Amino acid sequence: MYKVLYNKKISENSYEMLVEAPLVVKNALPGQFVIVMPREDGERIPLTIYDYDKEKGLLYLIYQVVGASTEELSMVTDEVFSVAGPLGNPNEICANPEEFKDKRIVYVAGGVGIAPVYPQVKYLHDHGFKVDVIYGARNVDLLLIRDKIEAVANKMMYVTDDGSFGDKGFVTTVLEQHINDYDICVSIGPVIMMKNVCDLTKKFNLHTIVSMNPLMVDGSGMCGACRCEVEGKPKFACIHGPEFDGHKINFNLALKRMNIYKQEEKEKWDQMKAKLSKEE
Amino acid sequence: MNDKKIKVRMQDAKERVKNFNEVELGYNDEEALQEASRCLNCKIPKCVEGCPVNIMIPNFIKAVKEGNLKEAYDIISESSSLPAVCGRVCPQEKQCESKCVKGIKGESISIGSLERYVADQAILNGFSSTKQIGKNGFKVAIVGSGPAGLTCAGDLAKNGFDVTIYEVLHKAGGVLTYGIPEFRLPKRIVQKEVDSLKALGVDIKTDVPIGNAITLNDLQEEYDAVFVGTGAGLPKFMNIPGEDGNEVFSANEILTRINLMGAYKDDAKTPIKKVKVAYVIGGGNVAMDAVRSLKRLGIEAHLMYRRGIDELPARKVEVEHAKEEGIIFDLLRNPKFIITDEKNSVVGMQVVKMTLGEPGADGRRNVIEEEGSEYFVGCDMVVMALGTSPNHEALKQSPIVLTEKGLIEVEGTKTSLDNVYAGGDAVTGAATVILAMEAGKKAAKEIIDRLIKKN
Repeated sequence: MYKVLYNKKISENSYEMLVEAPLVVKNALPGQFVIVMPREDGERIPLTIYDYDKEKGLLYLIYQVVGASTEELSMVTDEVFSVAGPLGNPNEICANPEEFKDKRIVYVAGGVGIAPVYPQVKYLHDHGFKVDVIYGARNVDLLLIRDKIEAVANKMMYVTDDGSFGDKGFVTTVLEQHINDYDICVSIGPVIMMKNVCDLTKKFNLHTIVSMNPLMVDGSGMCGACRCEVEGKPKFACIHGPEFDGHKINFNLALKRMNIYKQEEKEKWDQMKAKLSKEE
Repeated sequence: MNDKKIKVRMQDAKERVKNFNEVELGYNDEEALQEASRCLNCKIPKCVEGCPVNIMIPNFIKAVKEGNLKEAYDIISESSSLPAVCGRVCPQEKQCESKCVKGIKGESISIGSLERYVADQAILNGFSSTKQIGKNGFKVAIVGSGPAGLTCAGDLAKNGFDVTIYEVLHKAGGVLTYGIPEFRLPKRIVQKEVDSLKALGVDIKTDVPIGNAITLNDLQEEYDAVFVGTGAGLPKFMNIPGEDGNEVFSANEILTRINLMGAYKDDAKTPIKKVKVAYVIGGGNVAMDAVRSLKRLGIEAHLMYRRGIDELPARKVEVEHAKEEGIIFDLLRNPKFIITDEKNSVVGMQVVKMTLGEPGADGRRNVIEEEGSEYFVGCDMVVMALGTSPNHEALKQSPIVLTEKGLIEVEGTKTSLDNVYAGGDAVTGAATVILAMEAGKKAAKEIIDRLIKKN
C-alpha cells in the first residue's frame, strides 16, 4: 500500500495525486512512467510522472478520468494498492543534457500532456537550458498547472481551440509560425495532436520526439500489448520507449490500436456509473 | 492388475470448459494409498536420478504407504521448495516417471500425483517444514519471484541468510502467477508457497523494476550476493503482415490478463476480448494454456501448429486434456498473413499447409510449405505463442556478459560479475518450472559454498 497525501480535482476531468513512493522516485528521470493500481482487484494504469520530490520520497501524478479504472482512481482518498516504477526510458535530452547544450528546444503539449512535459522543462531549466513551450487545450479551463510551467519555461505560448486564452487555433498553428527558431521539438499529448505536429515538423525537417501512451498490461516487456510500429518494426512502448522519433511512428496504426478494448471499456464504465448512481 | 496407475479423478470435460477450476482433482486418501502401494521401493531408485532436484522419491512414497504424511512432506521439502506446484506442473512423464522400473512392463508409479497429494495434505493440515538454522549475517538479493527465485530464496533462508526478493509486478510468483492458468495451478496454491517463504523470513518487495528503480550494480554493492532469475522475456511475433491487427495478441498478454488480472471473472476491471473464433499459433505448453483459457471464455478455440501431433512440444497430458475439452487442432498449418478490416480488426488469416521433412540439426523435423496449398480461414483473434527473446531491463547499465543469443552467460550459476548468480529462463531461454527450480537450487548451493564455506 502507498499512502496518498491528496487526490484533488484540478479541471473538469483531471486530477492531481500526491503519493508516497520513495523507491519509485529515488532514481526516476523525466520521461519515465509508473503503473498504478487503485485497489488489489483493480486495473494496472500506466501514468506518466508529473513531478517528484526525491528527498521526501513523494510522487506527483496528473491523470484524466477516461474510463472505469481512472474513475476508480479519482475516488481514492487514503492509499493506493500498487505503484510500480520508474518504468521505461528517460527522455533522451534529460538523460544526456550535455549533448544538447547548443540546441534550441521547443516543447509542444496538449491537454494533460503538460503533465509529462513539465518535469522535462523543469529538469532542463535546472540544467541551464532555455526551453520554450507551446501549450494547447480546447479552452482555458483545460489548461493545467500554468503557474508551475511558467516558472520553468523560457517563453510560454498558449493556444486554445475557442480562443478563450492565448491564440485561437491549434498547437500546430503556433508551432508553424516559430518553426525555424528550433532544432528539436518534443511533443506530448493526444495521439492525433502528436501526429499533426509530426506531419508539420516533417515538412520542415525538425527533429521531433513524441511520447506514446498505448494500452499496457505489465509495463515490463512481458506482454507486448503496447507495441507501436517504429520504422516499420514493432517496438514495445514500455521498454523501448515510451519516447520515440515521431517521424518514424505509424500514427494511423497507433490511433486504431487505441480502440482495441473500447467497447469493453465503455461497458465497464457504464456499469460502474450505474452502480455509483444507485448508491447515491 | 497393479501394473496400471490409479487414475486421477478429473472434472468432466463438458463441465470444466465452462469454468477455470482445477482440471485434476487429485487423489483421495484411499487412492493415494493404493498408488503408493504399487511402488517397489527399489534399492537403486532410478526415479531420483530423473528428478532435477533429486527428491528421495521412494522414501516419501514409503511414508505415504505407512500413513506418515508429515514425514512424507518433510522428505519432499528437503529437496523441493514448491511441492504443491511441482506435483501439478512438472513434466514427470519425461523425468522421474520415465525412469520408474514399473514403467518397463506396465505403467510407472504416478509420482507427480503422489507428490501433489502430500503437498495438498500438508496445506490442509498446516504442516510446515521450516527447519531453519540461525542467521548467518549474510544478505542476498533475488531479482524476480518466479520458480527460480522462490527456490533460491527458500534454500538460502533455511540456511540462515537474510533474503530480499525484488519483483516488478504487484504479485509474487512470476510465471506461476501470471502464466500458468488457474485450472492447472490454482493461485491459492502459489500464494501458500509464497506465504511459507515469508514465514521463513524472506522479504518480498513487489512493484520494483530492477534496472530502473535500483540497478544490478546497486544490489551488488548492498548485498553479499545477488541471484538473477528474471525469466524468459519478450514475446516473439512472426513478423508477418497483419500482425499489428487489433486482435492479434501474444499468449503472454492473454494469460496475464486472465491469470494475473483475473479478466475471466465477470466483475474484473481488466478486460479481455470475448470473440467468436480464435487461433493460437504454436505448440508448447504456453500455447496449450492460452488456447484452453480462451475455450473457457466460450470462444471457438483453435490450435495451429506447423508440425504434427507427435511433434507438439507441450506435455502429452495437456494435449490430451485439450482434446477432451474440444480444442480444434489445425496441425501442419502455418499462417502466411493476417487480414484486417478498415478499423484494423482481425477478420481472418491466410494459411498454408506444411509437410514434414528430415530431422534438422536440432533433431526436430524440418517443415516445408506445400506449394499452392494456401487457403483462407475466418477468425476474429490470433494469439502468438512462439516463445520469447531475452529481456535485459533488469540488467540495464550493467556490464554483465551475455551469450550470442542474449542470454546471461554463467559458469555453474555464476555470472561474469562478482557475487552475481543467475538461473532459470534468463539463462536457458524458455524452459520448464522444474528446471528453473533446479537452477535456483544450484545457485543457492553455490552462494552458500562461496560465502560460508570459504569464510
